[in-house]
Amino acid sequence: MKPFTYERATSLEQAAKAVASVQGARFIAGGTNLLDLMKLQIETPAHLVDVNRLGLDKIEKTPEGGLRIGALVRNTDLAADATVRRDYAVLSRALVAGASGQLRNKATTAGNLLQRTRCPYFYDTRMPCNKRRPGSGCAALKGISRGLAIIGTSDACIAQHPSDMAVAMRLLDATVETVDAAGGRRAIPIADFHRLPGDTPHVEHTLKPGELITAVTLPRPLGGTHVYHKVRDRASYAFALVSVAAVFGKDGSARFAFGGLAPKPWRVAAADAAAPSGAKAVAEAALAGARPTEQNGFKQGLTARTLASVFRQKEAAA
Amino acid sequence: MKFDTPATTNPIDRGRVVGIPHDRIDGAAKVTGTAPYAYERHDAAPKPAYGWIVGSAIASGTIRSIDLKAAEAAPGVLGIVTYENAGPLEKGDFNTARLLGGPKVEHYEQAVALVVADTLENARDAAKLVQIDFAPATGRFDLAGERANAVKPKASFGSEPDTSVGDFDGAFAKAAVKVDQTYTTPDQSHAMMEPHATIAAWNGDMLTLWTANQMVAWGVGDVAKTLKIKKENVRIVSPYIGGGFGSKLFVRADALLAALGARQVGRPVKVAIARPQIPNNTTHRPATIQRIRLGADRNGVIDAIAHDVWSGDLPGGGPETAAQQTRLLYRGANRITTHRLATLDLPEGNAMRAPGEAVGLLALEVAMDELAEACGVDPVELRIRNDVQFDPEAGPQRPFSSRKLVECLRQGADRFGWNRRNPKPGQVRDGRWLVGMGMASAFRNNLVQTSGARVGVDAEGRVTVETDMTDIGTGTYTIIGQTAAEMLGVPLEAVTVKLGDSRFPVSAGSGGQWGANSSTAGVYAACMALRAKLAEKAGFAADQTDFEDGLVKQGNRSQKLGALAGREGLWAEDKMEYGDLEKRYAQATFGAHFCEVGVDVDTAEVRIRRMGGAFAAGRILNPKSARSQVIGAMTMGAGAALMEELVVDTRFGFFVNHDMAEYQVPVHADIPQQDVLFVDELDDKSSPMKAKGVGELGICGAGAAVANAIYNATGVRLRDYPLTIDKLLRHADGTAIA
Ligand SMILES: Cc1cc2nc3c(=O)[nH]c(=O)nc-3n(C[C@H](O)[C@H](O)[C@H](O)COP(=O)(O)OP(=O)(O)OC[C@H]3O[C@@H](n4cnc5c(N)ncnc54)[C@H](O)[C@@H]3O)c2cc1C
Ligand code: SF4
Repeated sequence: MKPFTYERATSLEQAAKAVASVQGARFIAGGTNLLDLMKLQIETPAHLVDVNRLGLDKIEKTPEGGLRIGALVRNTDLAADATVRRDYAVLSRALVAGASGQLRNKATTAGNLLQRTRCPYFYDTRMPCNKRRPGSGCAALKGISRGLAIIGTSDACIAQHPSDMAVAMRLLDATVETVDAAGGRRAIPIADFHRLPGDTPHVEHTLKPGELITAVTLPRPLGGTHVYHKVRDRASYAFALVSVAAVFGKDGSARFAFGGLAPKPWRVAAADAAAPSGAKAVAEAALAGARPTEQNGFKQGLTARTLASVFRQKEAAA
Repeated sequence: MKFDTPATTNPIDRGRVVGIPHDRIDGAAKVTGTAPYAYERHDAAPKPAYGWIVGSAIASGTIRSIDLKAAEAAPGVLGIVTYENAGPLEKGDFNTARLLGGPKVEHYEQAVALVVADTLENARDAAKLVQIDFAPATGRFDLAGERANAVKPKASFGSEPDTSVGDFDGAFAKAAVKVDQTYTTPDQSHAMMEPHATIAAWNGDMLTLWTANQMVAWGVGDVAKTLKIKKENVRIVSPYIGGGFGSKLFVRADALLAALGARQVGRPVKVAIARPQIPNNTTHRPATIQRIRLGADRNGVIDAIAHDVWSGDLPGGGPETAAQQTRLLYRGANRITTHRLATLDLPEGNAMRAPGEAVGLLALEVAMDELAEACGVDPVELRIRNDVQFDPEAGPQRPFSSRKLVECLRQGADRFGWNRRNPKPGQVRDGRWLVGMGMASAFRNNLVQTSGARVGVDAEGRVTVETDMTDIGTGTYTIIGQTAAEMLGVPLEAVTVKLGDSRFPVSAGSGGQWGANSSTAGVYAACMALRAKLAEKAGFAADQTDFEDGLVKQGNRSQKLGALAGREGLWAEDKMEYGDLEKRYAQATFGAHFCEVGVDVDTAEVRIRRMGGAFAAGRILNPKSARSQVIGAMTMGAGAALMEELVVDTRFGFFVNHDMAEYQVPVHADIPQQDVLFVDELDDKSSPMKAKGVGELGICGAGAAVANAIYNATGVRLRDYPLTIDKLLRHADGTAIA
């Protein structure tokens, strides 16, 4: 860990300004990802701006009938919220499928969206990694890639986005609200929030320097049957090999989002449209153009199988 | 005291304290955070500086040059140890690779420097500034690829690499039913809770190490040898250890580098090996390739049995002795076992959680399941038919000291409800779950080691035991306390147990499941000596003296223990040594594992639903902590079956998943219900305690029971551990998996 300076922000604008104005400054929320990365010197911020006490920890109804989730709402609190459990059950289930109880007590909504990959080479600073050290190469491409992404990747990077929460947020068409150093506000559809690696795998999202996430809003509840199924190597406390978030409408429509497969939460309109044709068709549509490695090709079949399980669970719930 | 004839009735048989379930006497200190672990011994070594290990960035090659300028100039840095300034160092007897590398690099993450600074953060930060120019060389990292170059290793721990009896080839060729399969197990990491950690302090020539070490006397010897100093000048203190599983049997880089760092900066230095460094810096269980051939008649009675094992290690290292149990577990007049060792430039392979049997049974007991199916014999019945009451390599002249495998199989099967199993795979459904049951025999050698102790009584009648024995979370404090209490006729509360200090008599240490039986036998010996002294002081005849309720009695005369001990107290020291009973009788522990799994019909996710086992391991000294040992070991078996694997990158030559997020061990959700039955047994040939090892028995066979249950649930037979989803799906076609 490099020495760094620390300040506790007093207002949203001041927080954004503080990060924008100091070279190498970063926000810190729960710290469950950032501090680990700092200890390994994968991230080396010179200055930390603590955004924990800015009142961003509320969950409120929006005038449109949706829900506004403060950026600092803890994963545990969000998963346990009565409205979330009733109206956005898929989000609650995705949250409790992630990490451990202790981590979720600290982890925040914004931090979860911005957590970085679990590619093992990213974590070992002696290894080549374009995401960590642009231009150094990708050790995973021809190395150990069993857990990594099979779609949306590039020759520069095949890392997966590890979040569960973000998959449910993507399914629900969430919007990320921000404020920047000039006081400007934006609402970014979650589909446009994360970036694919292309030639610049170190650039993972579309936030500007110093842009602070204030909340994530959800549109009106969809109703229907909610399922989140996460497949992993042990029963709990492991990242997804494949995860599927699904909402099945009463009218036979359905929507799907996927985790563990891509550098961002994965959602394809054609997959939703294929719902009436069943799990295999949905998987095929979702993974059209997939470029798996020899080690993670099984994720394609596993996606179809996880979808089959999700359809089965929907039937059982109905 | 020498144990060379079978035990007769002795004070332990009273069973007032020994054999009764007790809470750990050190439990309160542990859960309240007042039991001091090595890294926290600031009370003993005030104001230590902090060391941070720099690990090699290459797996094989040499160091061309080291540039310390930037690191030395970093804030708070007090000194940096490298091979260039450490002075001449030997290699410890128990180490394969050097603990401080350079100029030659033997494996990835081998320690090549220690940065010492005033704070942990400064040391860690400066460690990144140490500039090392490595000249990489090619290395050998792939066991399967090196298998053809493997050679016959030297005998290890008195065990020959190869054995052969009868005419295996002839008998196997003629056998009516044959199994010939190859199984693989991966490299695995101990993953104990407490990392390797040490505080070192010099006082003139005297070195004290507060460290986490399972084998204090071995540690003293290797520290002295490595540093080229006298053994008398080394003190090791290791009273509390946060798990070891074999990883702390030997001195590791934390201890050596703390000593070198403290010498260089002239004040105490503390070093822990950071979690992401542990898998590649320290030892691990080596991967194996195992071929098993079973030849039987149509009833499943084995006539020919062969177990060939390949593993790899650094030059000078040893094999994983995975065929050990195959020499003793089942009958068969024609038998072969072989071990071959390949040279690999991966980190050092060594003992972990029941070395040998833990992975050997993952192969043998699946092969037995395959044989049971081929013969159409129930798997429990198959094992009963192949039971043998003597060492099958030596013949009837070497019987087992005690062997209750059949009792374990029968009682375990009853308790588990084995008769509800459908022998045809893929038949049982519960919602989306395919349900199956599997079983396996459990087997682990019983070893005994010389072990000493010192026991004293004070004027209040309080008893103190001192021995360099260690408690690695196993419950040693309590069973040693129980033994002394039983021997001297006092309640457990009247005994103070002091462990893990090289100033105390040398004990067996904790390893190879010999610790409990051997160390309590050493306490027994010391207590016998103390009883003789007390009886003499009381003027009683030693062989007619009773020790009860704090009194020393002969007939209707009695005296208080404390009064006899007097103001000075009374002490006695002795050790238990062993004759040739081990040679005359095969000694081992036995059991039977049962498991029920559910496998998701779509995704092939595996969930263990129940585990049950019955075990015979001599006298169970403390049923409560013994049960904890066994359920922990069964959990490790589940880990070996389902998830544990150090993944080798064969290009760079290292274990890629070197942290606890990526090296997965079971969590609570993986282990729903475990039932443990101890089958009554006293083994009069193992020690006066009539106990045997039990800690490691629980892992031996547990994973195979899981594998066999998965087969029964799905019809997919996997032979390459761990049995992960991707492997199950690869073979799903035509099975019960959708
Ligand atoms: C062992 C382990 C297992 C885990 N398993 C899972 C799992 O199975 N599934 C899963 O989904 N997650 C898992 N996680 C990840 C966990 O969910 C994340 O670490 C957590 O959500 C991050 O939130 P945080 O508030 O602690 O973020 P921090 O570590 O504080 O921050 C993360 C990043 O977000 C930025 N940031 C934080 N707040 C803001 C803001 N308001 N505006 C702009 N930028 C901001 C920070 O600058 C930093 O770059 C696991 C983590 C660990 C350590
Ligand atoms: S996949 Fe991405 S994160 Fe992993 S090594 Fe390659 S570039 Fe780095």
